[in-house]
Amino acid sequence: MAELCAVVGIGQTKHTAARKDVSMPGLVREAAERALADAELTWKDIDAVVLGKAPDMFEGVMMPELFLHDALGGAYKPVLRVHTAGSVGGSTGIVAASLVQAGIHDRVLTVAFEKQSESNAMWALTISMPFAMAVVAGAGGYFAPLIRGYIRRAGAPEDTGIRVALKDRKNALKNPYAHVQLPDVTFEQIASSPMLWDPVRYLETCPSSDGACAMVLASERAAAKTPRRPAWVLATEMRSEPTYFAGRDQVIPRASLDNAKSLYAKAGIKDPRREIDVAEIYVPFSWFEPMWLEGMLFAPPNEGWKMVYEGATEIGGDLPVNPSGGVLSSNPIGASGLLRFAEAALQVRGQAGEHQVDGARKALGHAYGGGSQYFSTWIVSSEKP
Amino acid sequence: MRDVAVVSFAQAPSVRREPDRNEVEILMPVVREARERSGLRKDEIDFICSGSTDYLAGQSFAFVAGLDAVGAWPPIAESHVEMDGAWALYEAWVKIQTGSANAALVYGFGKPSMGDLPEVLALQLDPYLLTPLWPDAVSLAALQARLCLEGGVVSERAMAEIAVRDRGNAKANAFAQVKGDFEAAKLLAEPYLVDPLRKHDCAPISDGAAAMVIAAGDVARRVCRRPAWITGFAHVAEPQDLGVRDLTRSRSTELAAEKAGALKGRVEVAEIAAPFTHQTLLVERALGLGRDVAVNPSGGALAANPVMAAGLIRIGEAARRIHDGAARAVAHATSGPCLQQNLVCVLEG
Repeated sequence: MAELCAVVGIGQTKHTAARKDVSMPGLVREAAERALADAELTWKDIDAVVLGKAPDMFEGVMMPELFLHDALGGAYKPVLRVHTAGSVGGSTGIVAASLVQAGIHDRVLTVAFEKQSESNAMWALTISMPFAMAVVAGAGGYFAPLIRGYIRRAGAPEDTGIRVALKDRKNALKNPYAHVQLPDVTFEQIASSPMLWDPVRYLETCPSSDGACAMVLASERAAAKTPRRPAWVLATEMRSEPTYFAGRDQVIPRASLDNAKSLYAKAGIKDPRREIDVAEIYVPFSWFEPMWLEGMLFAPPNEGWKMVYEGATEIGGDLPVNPSGGVLSSNPIGASGLLRFAEAALQVRGQAGEHQVDGARKALGHAYGGGSQYFSTWIVSSEKP
Repeated sequence: MRDVAVVSFAQAPSVRREPDRNEVEILMPVVREARERSGLRKDEIDFICSGSTDYLAGQSFAFVAGLDAVGAWPPIAESHVEMDGAWALYEAWVKIQTGSANAALVYGFGKPSMGDLPEVLALQLDPYLLTPLWPDAVSLAALQARLCLEGGVVSERAMAEIAVRDRGNAKANAFAQVKGDFEAAKLLAEPYLVDPLRKHDCAPISDGAAAMVIAAGDVARRVCRRPAWITGFAHVAEPQDLGVRDLTRSRSTELAAEKAGALKGRVEVAEIAAPFTHQTLLVERALGLGRDVAVNPSGGALAANPVMAAGLIRIGEAARRIHDGAARAVAHATSGPCLQQNLVCVLEG
């Protein structure tokens, strides 16, 4: 029943610690203009705008889409604002896709951003509310115990995280938009970087970035008129579960496993490791690569770390993960999920440049958020379904 | 397009201050009631979408707690907009249109009593040029009202009559906050709150929540005696900058009404979410409502205005009239300073 939806334009900014040269409208417009140029479309061609970002306190503007959409050609058009915690970039892409799949619009511009230099994300995450546990150490302090839980459960070698970080930091050197680029990065350098939240070291964690990502999504009819090869949306899925309750597995949450099963069923995928050519997975702390390899059913329980050890997730391995350098290299939080979705699309369009995975035909984009409780994913393909 | 209908609706009483209950505690009975009235099992509702904003709670990720109100276990397919619940309803309606869901639960909630709402809303403005001046929401609406008065688009008397009408209608609404019999002449004798707005021109500040279940074709027909079919649904945003907009009309409401086909048939009932009397008049005009239309039988937002739920409540109230036998209703929701963004939903029996 659903109409087909394709990615026909992709744009992103060079991610960096502080974009002092542009305002928020300037930042989002830069990514959007690049997506329009890629699709060879103009503002006039866009039917609706879907904007996503993480908590408004990251910039200190309440519902900032109200003041931003004008810079995105949204005047006198429908504008939606999505917020689903860290998974928001992914959810934003999914909501935009659904407007096309529902047959409501032919061309939708979707944009996600964070301009962390405008405010202080650590502060925004640590406001203490009555009767609630304060997370005074930001996201790293929240996730470190979950990583400890994974290491113990899986019997994973302690250097697994360092290996992931080394791979992603080397991949980032092939991505001109990546924020953190360390030209001569070594295993020893990562291993000897300061321990921030045991077992997460400084170089195993994501940066705070200013950045934006944009995509133009189009119906089959509209996609036929665009110049470059589209990335076809094969399937999308979202799952959420509560933050706290007794017996909840916070390491590999059921919402992740349910999301993966439903996504693959929708895409007709039976053996994800064999059938998916490249995955962009939300890995803000190195250890989340082996954890989500299990959470996305690429590896059996407790064996995700083995794929890291075998080099399976390197460019050239059988399932390259985060050839872009991933969230570890660029983290404009609200955009990080949409970047995963966009990088997956770049791969199947053959547009990924130096970090292109040869012959990529099916790619996964993945995002998660909250206390490992929100998941949004999509699979894109070079072939029209 | 698939046929989609509102099959149930529930709301919390709007009150100036909920001193004892947090958002989840306000939401839980409302969600339960909407679910029970829908006649659908929990597992038959295959999508959930909510609307709220972090800045009312003063906490990042404030919406996450909402998951505890719906019981997100086993894990649910779910989304959230940082917008009024009316837009969450729009996202859920789109989801059903894609065919990947057949029934959806939608909710919206707001507890502005924890802060100073008009001042908090100043944070919606351009953070570089406007917010540092901290123009509160009532003052911005007063600027708009002044333009409307001087342009001859509204009169203070017509504004007071809107308040009299809506507060009078609200007497029949157990969930409304400001209600009773008033006289325009006496209201006009009151002092200005922010010139030219008097207290009766402004919606109250309300804590509240609402939940709704919508379902596609056969599911709706199975569980609901008289489903309220959504036959038109559209929303449009204007640029925010007050200097580039004609503030004496609501162009985005006009466009949304046109897209939703609001004027393609006789409108029996209209529910309007505008939080000021002059804005209610602008929206009535933009919707092209005739004199025979029952406007705001619930009392509208001027009688109860829980931010982030007020728009969804208008759609719920309109749906309730359809459930009770009305033929065709139009509901409106708004967001942003001076009617910046507007949504129109057409419901039919």
